[in-house]
Amino acid sequence: MTNSRLQRKQQKALPTKERTQSSIIWRKFRRHKAAMVSAAVLLILTTMVFLAPWIAPYDFDEIDLPNRQEPPSLQHPLGTDDLGRDLYTRILYGGRISITIGLFAALASTLLGTFLGALAGFYGGAIDNAIMRFTDMAISVPSLPLLIVLSSYSSAAIPIMILIIALLSWMSTARVVRGAVHSIKQQEFVNAAASIGGRNGYIILRHIIPNVMGPVIVGATLGVGGAIIIESSLSFLGLGISPPTPTWGNMLQDSQATMASKPWLTIFPGLAILITVLCINFLGEGLHDALDPTLSNRG
Amino acid sequence: MGRYILRRLVQMIPLLLGISIIIFLVIQAAPGGPETVFLGQGRFVDPEIMEKYRQRLGLDQPIYVQYLRWIGAALRGDFGYSYTAARPVSQMILERLPATLELMAVGFVLAAIIALPLGIYSAIRQYSIFDYLGTSFSFLGIAMPVFWFGLILQLIFAVRLGWLPTSGRITVGNTGFGDQVAHLILPAVVLSLRYIAGWSRYMRASFLGVINTDYVRTARSKGLSEQRVALVHALKNAAIPVVSIMALDLAGLFSGAVITETIFAWPGIGRLFIQAMFDRDYPLLMGILMLGSLMVVFFNLIADIIYGILDPRITYD
Repeated sequence: MTNSRLQRKQQKALPTKERTQSSIIWRKFRRHKAAMVSAAVLLILTTMVFLAPWIAPYDFDEIDLPNRQEPPSLQHPLGTDDLGRDLYTRILYGGRISITIGLFAALASTLLGTFLGALAGFYGGAIDNAIMRFTDMAISVPSLPLLIVLSSYSSAAIPIMILIIALLSWMSTARVVRGAVHSIKQQEFVNAAASIGGRNGYIILRHIIPNVMGPVIVGATLGVGGAIIIESSLSFLGLGISPPTPTWGNMLQDSQATMASKPWLTIFPGLAILITVLCINFLGEGLHDALDPTLSNRG
Repeated sequence: MGRYILRRLVQMIPLLLGISIIIFLVIQAAPGGPETVFLGQGRFVDPEIMEKYRQRLGLDQPIYVQYLRWIGAALRGDFGYSYTAARPVSQMILERLPATLELMAVGFVLAAIIALPLGIYSAIRQYSIFDYLGTSFSFLGIAMPVFWFGLILQLIFAVRLGWLPTSGRITVGNTGFGDQVAHLILPAVVLSLRYIAGWSRYMRASFLGVINTDYVRTARSKGLSEQRVALVHALKNAAIPVVSIMALDLAGLFSGAVITETIFAWPGIGRLFIQAMFDRDYPLLMGILMLGSLMVVFFNLIADIIYGILDPRITYD
């Protein structure tokens, strides 16, 4: 190898652009094809769902009795239900509620779990003991039956559904965050921050939380899918958001009775749930690979 | 080991007491209090009669007295009387328990005999078409809403093809074994799907984790057949985390059974629970919730014990 070629090679190896943390993560994420495709699908789906009032061909409660229980056709791409309401329109509107509940329930449970986990991991001792014993109890009550009981107490409004789901799904985040905080707390940079007079709250927010964000983000992503499934299961049992406001779950609630003659009423709302949750899980998988610093940093 | 199990059993006591408090408070939070259901169901009831009933049911006592009474009786296996059926809760639960246990056991075994070979084969043939199909299948299985999967299977196999019954546990008048099996197939498949999906992924990952270790290489270099290396040497260590996850999931099967039993009208505890919820039969709800929690705590212990037996690196003292 001649000298000039060697030089050129060395120059090439020098970073031309600064490689920030986020650019590394983005690079790694982009390599995960399923996650990229899923992110695109979710983006399109969410946009469509939130633009429903403008792009839906009908109103979600537009009753059209002469055309009820129509199979999919050009006028009604996914058919109509037993009141002649357009199924495609209702799936768009239903998605608004299902996705909203999923997003906010995951956000709320992540915040709660991170808060409790950080508290337990940082302070240790009696606080740690109390929080973690409580977590053990909360995780040992079968959550679906408890959710069913709680949501039977009131005619569910969206904020109540979000609150109930969040209250029963923060436990695994708390455990993960507690473990991570506990190990990070003993590292030098935390001692350094404390030695220059950083207050506890500041150290937790500024130095510790950013270092546990990886698993928390992944957990939160998967939590969105989990919450969508929980919401739809509760609505299916007749305990979620009640009709006529459509959600993917309550659209399926009555479909079991008419399944034999009107299968499209069963198939399409469920397919919407399946596709959304599938994409969310792939996205979580991609984020997991991208955010885990122990996996290769080269992209 | 014996001392470890004993210690864990002792630790279960405060845990279960805490759980019982949570459950009791959740039920107390019922709008209007449990007695309104028992008496009025929304109708007007003479306040004097209401007060008498409250006294008879002990509902006029302070809340901690009510709790102590309930838990004291529960410790002796007495969960009170059902509001709607006026029968002992424990008796109603015991009646329904066999159907649920049958469904859980069959679902569990079905998931295990499908998931484990699937995971092992995917790991051995990593990046093959089979592996990709297996991975795609498990992603689908994990994202699948259980109740919808049940509806779709009903639609295909019961309604369209007519091969299997839609619901129930037996056909009235038919006591044949074949009839029972036919009723079990769809609920068991629905219940097991997410465990097939989850366990096969765990098995695959765990197997890939041991397949490149030194001792597996040693086994190979001794000239052992690939089959023997995989199924005897690698599997032994790869199975440890999977088996303990399977034991943990046993408890989750109970939650899954609630939905599955509802779809297939399976006469088990899950369906009893949904019915109790609609009837607002609070003593029955509390009894079932306690049973479910007991199962979770118990299977967690089993998982830890299995882990200790299988993995000699773990010592208990």
